[in-house]
Amino acid sequence: MSAPGERPVDLALAREHGLTDEEWARILEILGRAPSWSELGVFSVMWSEHCSYKSSKCHLRKLPTRGEHVLQGPGENAGAVAIGDGLAVVFKIESHNHPSFIEPKQGAATGVGGILRDVFTMGARPIASLDSIRFGPLDDPKHQQLLRGVVDGIGYYGNCVGVATVGGETSFHECYRGNILVNAFNLGVVEADRIFLANASGIGNPVIYAGSKTGRDGIHGASLLASAEFDETTEQKRPTVQVGDPFTEKCLIEACLELMRGDDVVGIQDMGAAGLTCSSFEMASRAGTGIEMDLDRVPRRAANLTPYELLLSESQERMLLVARAGRERAVCEVFERWGLDAVVVGRVTGDGRMRVRFHGETVVDIPVDPVAASSPELDRPAREPSELRERQKLDLASVAPEEDPAAALLALLDDPNFGSKAWIWRQYDQLVQGNTILGPGGDAALVRVKREDGTPTRKALALSVDCNPRYCWLDPRAGTIAAVAEAARNVACTGARPLALTNCLNFGNPEKPEIMWQLREAIAGLGEAAAALGTPVVSGNVSLYNETHGVPIHPTPTVAMVGLLEPWESHAVSHFTAEGHAIVLLGECREELGGSAWLALRRGLEAGLPPRVDLEHERRLHRLLARLVREGRLVTAHDVSDGGLALALAECCFGGADDVGAELSLPGGLRPDALLFGESTGRVIAAAPDAAPILAAAREERVPARVVGRTAGARLRIAADGSAPWIDEPVARLRAVFERALPRRLAASGAGAEARA
Amino acid sequence: MFAVLQFPGSNDDRDMHFAMKSVLGADARLVWHAESELPAGTRAVLLPGGFSYGDYLRCGAMARFSPVMGAVRRFAEAGGPVLGTCNGFQVLCEAGLLPGVLRRNRDLHFVCEFVHVRVEQAAPPFTSRARAGQVLRLPVKHGEGAYTASAADLEQLEANGQVVLRYCDAEGRVGGAANPNGALHDIAGIRNPAGNVFGLMPHPEHAVEGRIGGLDGALLLGSLLDFVRAGGAAR
Repeated sequence: MSAPGERPVDLALAREHGLTDEEWARILEILGRAPSWSELGVFSVMWSEHCSYKSSKCHLRKLPTRGEHVLQGPGENAGAVAIGDGLAVVFKIESHNHPSFIEPKQGAATGVGGILRDVFTMGARPIASLDSIRFGPLDDPKHQQLLRGVVDGIGYYGNCVGVATVGGETSFHECYRGNILVNAFNLGVVEADRIFLANASGIGNPVIYAGSKTGRDGIHGASLLASAEFDETTEQKRPTVQVGDPFTEKCLIEACLELMRGDDVVGIQDMGAAGLTCSSFEMASRAGTGIEMDLDRVPRRAANLTPYELLLSESQERMLLVARAGRERAVCEVFERWGLDAVVVGRVTGDGRMRVRFHGETVVDIPVDPVAASSPELDRPAREPSELRERQKLDLASVAPEEDPAAALLALLDDPNFGSKAWIWRQYDQLVQGNTILGPGGDAALVRVKREDGTPTRKALALSVDCNPRYCWLDPRAGTIAAVAEAARNVACTGARPLALTNCLNFGNPEKPEIMWQLREAIAGLGEAAAALGTPVVSGNVSLYNETHGVPIHPTPTVAMVGLLEPWESHAVSHFTAEGHAIVLLGECREELGGSAWLALRRGLEAGLPPRVDLEHERRLHRLLARLVREGRLVTAHDVSDGGLALALAECCFGGADDVGAELSLPGGLRPDALLFGESTGRVIAAAPDAAPILAAAREERVPARVVGRTAGARLRIAADGSAPWIDEPVARLRAVFERALPRRLAASGAGAEARA
Repeated sequence: MFAVLQFPGSNDDRDMHFAMKSVLGADARLVWHAESELPAGTRAVLLPGGFSYGDYLRCGAMARFSPVMGAVRRFAEAGGPVLGTCNGFQVLCEAGLLPGVLRRNRDLHFVCEFVHVRVEQAAPPFTSRARAGQVLRLPVKHGEGAYTASAADLEQLEANGQVVLRYCDAEGRVGGAANPNGALHDIAGIRNPAGNVFGLMPHPEHAVEGRIGGLDGALLLGSLLDFVRAGGAAR
């Protein structure tokens, strides 16, 4: 049934499509014949790593995904969690790594657009975005341009579409020189009984295409671009990157949410990776139905599109809906009022097959299930990297002690990984929708919840996205546990209770046993930490093949945590607010310099074991922080993470609008550099006018706590038990270095813009 | 009744509606751009921020052709108070209801941050709750916010006292880095000669709740509310 002019379909063509010989044999078996050209396209995208999760599925299945508040776990467009009073949050994080490296602005922009659609598809109004972005060293002009492009793209899309970007993380490391990471998170709010799923149910119901017209952009973006390593042909793949139109997305959001207030929509899914193909197959598969579709009806913006192109295009801002029979007109009218195309392209059938016609001829006739739900699953071989044990060796006795702690602190503040990211986030609308209680720059963002009718509630959501890739490179399991623990601790520092998480697993080529081992270990760590902290994994995304010329990125399992604070009016902040407050250190300092920023920056060493995490302690710490905030005993709570205690204290001093100095006397016993820059987990700097209630509550919750100093003056002064100060610097100087870290590096390559910023 | 216009691509429409209705307790309604008349009983018109029609052309250049803008012009000519923030300010300039234009920011970047503005004219209908010289803290968020006008227009704005808000530092000092976008004469907000049409780049609707953005925005929106409640500008 090859259409005229199509190439003969054989094993060679299948291989060009990224299919293996085994998969080709399976296709022949499923169909009982050779596929048409269009069918081959369908199989290649549906069975691509990006769409099928074939390398990770068998491991992901072991994750804890349930909880009494979980309304929807992985498998839908996004996860959903109840937050009480009939409300729910819908959230997910997703990668757009490969496209962003090739075309940073559009790659990042469409990453934001895609994750927004995953959220409003479920009936939720998107209210807040986060981004986790990682680049090569910033002294490389290419990576300066990538940073500019990615930030421009995130702002261009998010600002125009009217969803606040309230936080995120940015880091720089040699391992991302060949593959940058762009992970976009979005969260929306919905009435819990109005969550829509991607189901094509109800035989005879109309299938409606809505949104932008279909063009040739993004064909094989998911299958060929995101499911293979980079090499010298990568530049030629630029046409696989899609182009974003945030104005259309904004209209699509409003039209969909308006429709979903009524009862005409049965199921709905966005056309993301693999476009019309993936959305129709997944919707039919979930409902156990089939779909027949007529491609001649698909709105298009390019002439002479072939059925292959129509099925595989990844043109953005498109949705596929199943409506109640007889309500076609009413549904289409809503889209038309928002200036959007909407047409009936097919019907739901009961025979479990996908039948697609073009010019009166059947071009696809495939059983749905073997392509979608029963796609290939691989248990790829995994092997611990041979050099891992070597990497983990660190004899601290042979590491020269820090000779100048103040210089080390200034070096950390001047490092782009720790310097202020204000240059980035002032390009994002952090305020639209009017809910931003705490924006970027602190431990977690805090966003007030309104109902769809605009009624404000006393609920707020705390959001944080975290990962320390160096830890994960040294020990993927321990590193992932640390990422979950840090994300939860950040959320807890506002006073919120961590509820659930989403994750984006960024790794190299899974066909290599060492990479597969990293992935398997990371997933094991993710599951262990999520279970111990009572924060189920409700959604996620896997991005593999982040490799160029065989050099992989560090394993980067990005974790985004969502917490709930109610009432939100009493929350803690992550900086000192006034002089005369007692400073209390929660948690314990250990001699843990393995994998630390200090060791990398000051000694050029990336070695050792990452700091260990006591998940039971973390849970007690969450309880303590929530209690102290609820009782109004806590003004400041700031997580101590990479960079250690000295960096965290400096951040407390200049984190607010006004500088606040501090005088600290730390407990002795450890080598000074370990005390100042060690990265022991489970620690929080707390401050309030009165230390006694904090110490009493900490005793009851069995969290180690001790008074370590007071806020005072305009200098940060850190000493140990009566010694001469190790660090004694004006806060204004620390702030100046911190604030210039990014702009001074970008000034050289910019249009002179940053010189005035 | 306060009519909050809603263009395709408006983003702060719901926020302005929320500020007027839920926070300040006014009777406010969203009005779709395709309406050719304002609802009966409209006492003030608010043009919200956002990206009308995506702002893929010059900001506000498309929205000025929306059917509702004819009604807004008639309303303004009859003396009715009209307030435009951010994209709304851009639309008012494009529609010729205010002089000048908003150009790309000096550093070519979108900028979102809290800034200070000095109240230059404290008078109804928009600034009666403030006093002249008072410094307000309000957020801006725009890519095209650099107010620009001909020398003659600027001279006239200054001579007539039409400059309502000027960027300044926390102490009220105008000039230099206190200006976030390169606006000429540090202009953050202006009114027309009759004083009933007011455009500003900062977002008062995002500063009405105290713990979320402060309260200084309520001084501006509250002034308009006072004016309407006092029976100002009946149509």
